[in-house]
Amino acid sequence: MSVIVLVEHTEGIIKKKSLEAVQYASAIAKNTGTTATAVIAGNVAESEMQSLGNYGANKVLHVADDKLNPSQHRAFARILVTAARQENSTVIVTLHDVNGRAIAPRVAIQLKAGLISGALSLPDTDKGFVSKKSAFSGKAFAFVNVISDVKVVMLAPNSFPLVKAEGSAAIEKLVVNFEDKDFGVKVLSVDKISGEIPLSDAELVVSGGRGLKGPENWGLIEDLAKELGAATACSRPVADAHWRPHHEHVGQTGGTIRPNLYIAAGISGAIQHLAGVSGSKTIVVINKDPEAPFFKAANYGVVGDVMEVLPRLTEALRKFKSQQH
Amino acid sequence: MKVLVCISHVPDTVAKIVLKDNNTAIDESGITYIINPYDEWYALIRALELKETGVANAVHLITVGRANTEPIIRKALALGGDEAIRIDADSTDAYVTAHYIAEYAKSENYDLVLCGKESIDYANGAVGPMLAELLDVDFVGFATDIKLDGQTITIKREIDGGEETDSLSLPVVISCQKGVAEARIPNMRGIMAARTKPLKTITPAAISAVTNVAYYELPAAKSGVKLIAPDQMDELVSLLHAEAKVI
Ligand SMILES: Cc1cc2nc3c(=O)[nH]c(=O)nc-3n(C[C@H](O)[C@H](O)[C@H](O)COP(=O)(O)OP(=O)(O)OC[C@H]3O[C@@H](n4cnc5c(N)ncnc54)[C@H](O)[C@@H]3O)c2cc1C
Ligand SMILES: Nc1ncnc2c1ncn2[C@@H]1O[C@H](COP(=O)(O)O)[C@@H](O)[C@H]1O
Repeated sequence: MSVIVLVEHTEGIIKKKSLEAVQYASAIAKNTGTTATAVIAGNVAESEMQSLGNYGANKVLHVADDKLNPSQHRAFARILVTAARQENSTVIVTLHDVNGRAIAPRVAIQLKAGLISGALSLPDTDKGFVSKKSAFSGKAFAFVNVISDVKVVMLAPNSFPLVKAEGSAAIEKLVVNFEDKDFGVKVLSVDKISGEIPLSDAELVVSGGRGLKGPENWGLIEDLAKELGAATACSRPVADAHWRPHHEHVGQTGGTIRPNLYIAAGISGAIQHLAGVSGSKTIVVINKDPEAPFFKAANYGVVGDVMEVLPRLTEALRKFKSQQH
Repeated sequence: MKVLVCISHVPDTVAKIVLKDNNTAIDESGITYIINPYDEWYALIRALELKETGVANAVHLITVGRANTEPIIRKALALGGDEAIRIDADSTDAYVTAHYIAEYAKSENYDLVLCGKESIDYANGAVGPMLAELLDVDFVGFATDIKLDGQTITIKREIDGGEETDSLSLPVVISCQKGVAEARIPNMRGIMAARTKPLKTITPAAISAVTNVAYYELPAAKSGVKLIAPDQMDELVSLLHAEAKVI
């Protein structure tokens, strides 16, 4: 009956957002009087798997197959379905990310289960199995109820702070009978954006708009991001003009992010831009126009010229950090 | 080669969301519906390009929705496509929507099914992979580039922290996002032609939903922006540390 949770790793290091998923699955397990079972595939050290116990996993099912690639979603769907059947599970958790979003819907079909995408809250089991999610580009929250016996939940990353506790997890091998069709996707090449923090996982984001005037001024954004340890983002016109790469574009037609801090410099705050960032916990807006719509969505605002304000903010952070040590 | 494009209808981005019936429903009276942008700008246009370059010989459009969604599918036909299918059913649940589309698609043997990355209403992005599972084919999500060479398809797609190029054999379901194609505006000729293109309506055997929306909430209004003078960045930093607790 345990709650199954898929764990992702990068070359053997478990992703932080997967720890969040394990913690989330373990909280569901507690609320429903059962335990949490993590499922992980590929080359991962025993000690790394055991650390999942600190986030509430009671058991880890390990698929020791090093030819598995996260893009082989069918293989991963089969892993989860095998685990769920073996454990008699009625709740399966993945992340709402590029991998989880390709795997979980397949699992839902195989197990005839209802799916909640981008869950922001623990399921309320008094009302059925109801979880909160963002809807209409952040303009509302929908509380989705799953009425099938089996439930599949994709957790939105960065929704719950991690709390490390002491715990231990028993590791078991999971045997999966793969089929040839599980490996239909051949990966020709991978292009990782190295040295940068992936935007989708970032807790802190510094973003620039047309107010920066041109790519030559992006050093101001990068300096601040570096000082903060933040990822960088931009508005659509900035990506369209090739001032910045497309993967940085956030908004309705770009990425959706929910960082703890979003600093928007020289961005007007059009509704399509807000659609991608309104889930941010704290928003700082720097704009020379006090009437810019973004100020209405901001927690902190600075009415001023980005060319002057950004270096000052970077400097203030540097000072703050040196005082911290 | 036959291509199917899945078209969903969504409230216009700028639509104001008003709740009714004790917050259990959205007031639809003030809302205009549009073609889901990912479907219109990327999935549909890429399908049309494949036809224009002679790679595809048929492009069909499908939507699951009631009669009020007909203008949306006609609008899609004005951009292009040979025929459209409307499955006359509610599309509130991805599980059900995917089953209806799969039921139809099975009989037509499509080589390529193109979806959008997600519908902008609930942002599930679930119909594509569910459809792939039901059709027993591969799925590649978040594509930014799609190239076809005979039975082999090469797809660039977003992965965690980067991009990857995948190769696989048809048939396949792909979800499209920015990069796959350039949006177009329908012209008068397309709009006229769309009026006479076949639009089939199919009444499916009903499937029960496995999810529903119990209720909605509107986000709490921001308590108002706290303004900090542009020469007081130390103050902003200490607010972010002590008050917002984000650094
Ligand atoms: C269907 C659709 C989808 C869209 N999707 C997206 C999307 O995904 N993401 C997105 O971002 N946009 C999207 N847009 C575009 C969106 O409507 C806006 O046009 C866009 O977000 C504006 O970008 P911006 O704020 O950088 O530029 P602008 O609107 O030009 O704003 C620049 C801002 O910088 C300020 N400024 C100028 N100089 C300075 C200075 N020296 N110091 C301080 N401030 C300064 C100005 O006061 C202004 O507020 C979409 C539009 C449509 C129609
Ligand atoms: N009612 C529908 N009819 C046809 N296709 C749909 C429908 N709903 C979703 N789709 C397709 O599935 C994609 C993902 O939608 P969703 O799972 O609703 O986020 C959309 O971009 C469409 O291509």
